[in-house]
Amino acid sequence: MDAAILIEGLVKRYGDLAAVDGLDLDVQRGECFGLLGPNGAGKTTTVEILEGLNDPTSGRVEVLGRTWSQHPEELRARIGVALQETKLFDRLTVEETLRVFSTFYDGRTVPVETLLAEMQLEEKRGTWVSRLSGGQRQRLAVALGLVGDPEVLFLDEPTTGLDPQSRRALWDTIAALRERGKTVVLTTHYMDEAERLCDRIAIVDHGRRIALGSPAQLIDRIGGAHLVEITTDPPLPPEALADVRGVRAVRAVGDGLSLAIDEPHVALPALMARLAERRAEPTRLVSRTATLDDVFLTLTGRSLRED
Amino acid sequence: MRSLWALSAVRLKLFFREPGSMFWTFGFPLLVTVALGVAFRNQGQAKAPVAIIAGPGAAEVSAALADQRGVAARVVDAAEAARELRTGEAVLAIESAGPAAPIVFRYDPTRPEALATRRLADDLMQAHAGRRDVLVARDQTQVSRGGRYVDWLVPGLLGLQLLNGAMWGAAFNIVNARQRKLLKRLAATPMRRGDYLLSYRVSGLVFVPLQVLVLFAFARLTFGVVIQGSSLAVLGLAFLGSWAFAGLGLLCASRAQNSETANGLINLVTLPMMVFSGVFFSSSRFPGALQPVIRILPLSAFNEALRHVVNDGASIFSQGFPLAVLAAWTLVTSVLAVRLFRWT
Repeated sequence: MDAAILIEGLVKRYGDLAAVDGLDLDVQRGECFGLLGPNGAGKTTTVEILEGLNDPTSGRVEVLGRTWSQHPEELRARIGVALQETKLFDRLTVEETLRVFSTFYDGRTVPVETLLAEMQLEEKRGTWVSRLSGGQRQRLAVALGLVGDPEVLFLDEPTTGLDPQSRRALWDTIAALRERGKTVVLTTHYMDEAERLCDRIAIVDHGRRIALGSPAQLIDRIGGAHLVEITTDPPLPPEALADVRGVRAVRAVGDGLSLAIDEPHVALPALMARLAERRAEPTRLVSRTATLDDVFLTLTGRSLRED
Repeated sequence: MRSLWALSAVRLKLFFREPGSMFWTFGFPLLVTVALGVAFRNQGQAKAPVAIIAGPGAAEVSAALADQRGVAARVVDAAEAARELRTGEAVLAIESAGPAAPIVFRYDPTRPEALATRRLADDLMQAHAGRRDVLVARDQTQVSRGGRYVDWLVPGLLGLQLLNGAMWGAAFNIVNARQRKLLKRLAATPMRRGDYLLSYRVSGLVFVPLQVLVLFAFARLTFGVVIQGSSLAVLGLAFLGSWAFAGLGLLCASRAQNSETANGLINLVTLPMMVFSGVFFSSSRFPGALQPVIRILPLSAFNEALRHVVNDGASIFSQGFPLAVLAAWTLVTSVLAVRLFRWT
C-alpha cells in the first residue's frame, strides 16, 4: 500500500503557542485513520493543514503524493472535506446545496441522487438546510465531502454534538465508506468512535503524537485488554498483587488499584486467592474492557474527557 | 462558468426567500419617499405665520395684514408671541404701541424666511397707512417641472439604496459567510474563487434594474416624479454606481472576521456619505473648502450625475467628472479588495 498522506516534522505556531509541535504521521490508502485527542490537542489545525486551508510553520506535508504549494487545484479536486460544524446556505434545500457543490468539480462527480440515497437524505431533499436536525446536517456535510468522488475524505469531529442515535447512524455511514475502500481521516475526542471506526489511531496531545497503532495494539500497550479495579480493606500496595498469575500491570488509582489483565477467567480466581492469603476484604471490585481512554490515562495521567 | 451561474442563482434564491431583505431593499425606500415627499410637499402659496402682540395698535396692524397673500396673522399676548417666536410657530412678531409710536418687528435673523416676512409685513402696513408705490410691477409665476423637493430627493434615495444594498446586502453577507466558516468550506472545494465574488455582480444584473424600476415607477405614480433625461442613462448610471459601491463593500468585507467588525466598518463608510453626499439635503450647504472632497465621494458623484439626468434632462455623456469618479472607485476598491480578501 502506498501512502495517501505523509506528515514529517509538522509545526504550526500561533505566536508563542505551538498548536502542532513536531508531528510525524502517515496514512495508507484505503485505511480509516483517526486523530484522537482532547480539545486543543492540535487535531483541527493538523487536518486544516492537510486540507490546504491553513499553512504550516514548518515541516513536510504530502497528500496523494502532492504538496499544497505546488498542486492546490488538483488536490482540492481529489479530496473531500467535512469541517467541524460548517454552516451552509440556510435557505437552500438539501438538493439545491448538493447541486451547487456539484458545479465546483469539473471531472467526475457522484450523482446527487446517489448521494441522497447513501446519506439517507432522500426524504429531506426539499427541506431548507436551516430546518435539518443536527444529524441530518452532518450527513449533508459528509455528502458534500463526497460530491467530487474524493480519494481522501477528511471528517473533523463528525459526530460532536449529535444524539446517540444520530451518532450510530453516521458511524454506519462512515464504516460503509471504509468498506468501499475510501481513505478516511477523522478527528475525534470520543474513544468509542475511534475504536469502532478506525484501522489505526494516532493519539495526540499538546500538538505531539504520543501513541500510534490499531485500537487493539494501543489497548495492548497498557498491558491487557481487561481492567480490574479493586479497593480492599485493609488497602494493599501495588506490589502485593503484581505477581498474581495473569496480571500484567498494576497501578494505584485513587484509594484502590487498577489491574491490567489478559484473561479474566485465569486472573480473577488467582486474584481472589491472593486476597484471601493477605486477609484483605474486597470492598469494591469492577471488571471491564479496557478503552482508549485508559490508554490516554496511562500515557498522560489525564482523562480524555477532562476538557 | 457552471459554478458562476449556480452561485448567482443561489444569491437570487436566498434573497427572494428572505422577506426581511426584500423589505429593506424594495419597501423601505418607498416608505422614505412617501414620508419625505409628504412632509416637504409644495403647499400652494406658503403663508408665513405672524404674531401680532396685543396692544393699542394691534387692531390697525391686524387690518393691514388681513386677507393678504403671504402672511397669516393672529393677535396674541406678549408672552405667547415670545413663545411662538422661540418654537418657530411664528416667524415674526409685530408690536405697535399706537399711531404715533414706532412699530417693532421681532424676529430671529437666522431664520431664512424671517427677513422676507418682515419686509412683506412692512410693505403691507406702509401701503395700508397710505404709501403710494412709484414703480408699477406685475407678477408672473411658474412652478418648474422637476424642481420640487421630491423630484430632487428620489435620485438621492436610489443612490442610498444601491449603497445600502452593496453594504448590508453583499458585504455583510460575505463577512457572515466567513464567520460561519462557509467561505472556508467553499475554499476547500475546487470552486474558482473568483466565481463566488463575481456571483454578487451577476445577481446585481437582476437586483439593480428591479430597484430602479420599483423606485421610479412608485415615485411617478405617487408624486408624478418624471425622468427628464434618458431612462437607459439612469439604468447605466445605476449599474456603474452599484459597481463602485460593491467595490467599497467588498473592501469592507475583505478581512473582517465577524459581523460586529463588519457593522462598524460599514457604518464608518456609509454614515458620512449619508450626511455629506446630498441624499436628503443639498451638499452645497457645506463650506466651499469641503466641496472638492465631497465631490469625489462615490455617493456624491452618483447623486450628482443621476440628478442631472433625472431632473435636468442632461445627457449621461455630459457627466464626465462624476463618471470618472465612479469608475476610479470601482477599479481601486475592487483590486484592493481582491488582493486583501481572506477565505478563512
